[in-house]
Amino acid sequence: MILQTSQLTKKFGGNVAVKDVSFSIQQGKVNAIIGPNGAGKSTFFNLITGIHPPTEGQIFYKGEEITKYPANKIAELGLARTFQTTNLFERATVFDNVVVGHRLRTKSNLFDAIFRTKRLKREEETCKEKALEVLDFTGLSNVSDQLVANISQEEKKRVAFALALATEPEIVFLDEPTAGVNPDETEELALLIKKMAEKGLTVCLIEHKMQMIMSLADQIMVLNYGEKIAEGTPEEIKNNEEVIKAYLGGGSASA
Amino acid sequence: MMKLLNKRNIILILILLAVVFPFINQNQYYLHILTLAFIWTIAVYGLNLLAGFTGYLSLAHGGFFAIGAYGLGLLTVKGGLGFWLSFLLAPLITMAIGLVIGLFALRTKEHFFAIYTLCVGYIIYLVIDKWESLTEGVRGLIGIPAPEPIGPITFTTPIAQYYLTLVIFLLVVLIIYRIVHSLTGRTFIAIRNSEELALSLGISTKKNKLLSFVLSTFFAGLAGAMYAGFIRFIGPEIAYTTITFDLLTYMIVGGIGTLAGPIVGTFLILILSQNLQFLQDYRMLIFGPLLTLLIIFSPRGIVGFILLHYSNWKTKKRMTIPKDQVKEG
Repeated sequence: MILQTSQLTKKFGGNVAVKDVSFSIQQGKVNAIIGPNGAGKSTFFNLITGIHPPTEGQIFYKGEEITKYPANKIAELGLARTFQTTNLFERATVFDNVVVGHRLRTKSNLFDAIFRTKRLKREEETCKEKALEVLDFTGLSNVSDQLVANISQEEKKRVAFALALATEPEIVFLDEPTAGVNPDETEELALLIKKMAEKGLTVCLIEHKMQMIMSLADQIMVLNYGEKIAEGTPEEIKNNEEVIKAYLGGGSASA
Repeated sequence: MMKLLNKRNIILILILLAVVFPFINQNQYYLHILTLAFIWTIAVYGLNLLAGFTGYLSLAHGGFFAIGAYGLGLLTVKGGLGFWLSFLLAPLITMAIGLVIGLFALRTKEHFFAIYTLCVGYIIYLVIDKWESLTEGVRGLIGIPAPEPIGPITFTTPIAQYYLTLVIFLLVVLIIYRIVHSLTGRTFIAIRNSEELALSLGISTKKNKLLSFVLSTFFAGLAGAMYAGFIRFIGPEIAYTTITFDLLTYMIVGGIGTLAGPIVGTFLILILSQNLQFLQDYRMLIFGPLLTLLIIFSPRGIVGFILLHYSNWKTKKRMTIPKDQVKEG
């Protein structure tokens, strides 16, 4: 258990987006969060990664309480994330987009920039090496000098992964990593996610594509209307009454 | 390698041109206009660092320019300090005021930030205009001294002032170039691109936005101080919103978020408006539609347009090369 949430709740006005969710992420595993649209999955991610402060509850990372930490501090601790939409800089090359990913591990400031100090040169080199390394890992070496505007949606997703990896994380949170890509490409991205877990990274992802989740995840949590309704292995989730109800809206149909 | 050499050569030729200009052209009036253009460009660079590279459009820039100008004016005329000391202090004072304002302004974003800073700019104008006991109000500040000589170099002739401005200008361009091409610059660009993403990459957006804001006010203050030292008379109208929008126009025409944009935009518009002087305010009938067209067809201005076509051309070339090789093989 590398990360734990305890009774995490988030209210937006009178709207309860996430309610009393206690969840633990297992180290080195692929942890998945699924649920119908509007179930509070992305909000749950935003709470953990510090984009929104939770209304109630606590978050622990390796035993340290990180509930009130700002997003950038959380990233420094080793929690990286991607977003549903890849907010990349379209007019810059893939490589240039990824270089800044390692910025949080560097210390160069304005003074270094103006006087082009040794530290800046050294750290720039580290950032560039890191970028090459993660581009290689994500299979983007061949497009690294192309403009982001000119690469495919799937490649953009990979760039987002690469950026997250450049921060040297221990956990990566992937928010719908395969949204908007075709089935073949989904397969490719799933392989990449597996590769990340094999490398020792802890992965936590939100997905809608059931087939992919069932073959990929080690552990699944199901959210519905902001509440955790089930948790377990893919096998357990598949046969869970509540989950089937939530997805199919009642009936007893189980495939 | 060819590209780098070409780029370097162009820059060297431009610098050389700027250096020999006073010898080619004996017209003092042109020298005056060019000196002013350098000063305005410095202010535009400040604006561009914040609006173009960090994504925060400040409309208080004219106000900060005026703070720099009045800083120098008041320190020399009323404070009795020497020119160079005042010249050093004026941008620092602007920065300090910028820091305080930035702390509040940066709690807002996008158009709210623009509106907030527009108000700040107008308040700065009002303070300068109404605080007569300090700023002399509409009468303006008269008798700002010329730069004191440094050793044997004096700055009383227009040519000497031109060179002084040119040297500071080149320094500013170098500094901006280095900032933009450093990790700090990459950080600013990441914030412009997506603040949420920048945050999740561990970038302290608060700190970096403030840094960019304060830097932009520094360059505004520096330009203001240079203006005051060059014109040697300042009135509250230099804080007026029109100055902000002039600077904005220079930046947009040249190319927001580009390194060469501020130079291209400022020089082009200043030279154009000099040549269209006979039209008086009807000049705007030409500038207005031109600006609109430019924003529609090339949101990144003239430099952005060139860069886009250059990169398209390069991709095309790259795409065709393999084909040729296939044919040969």
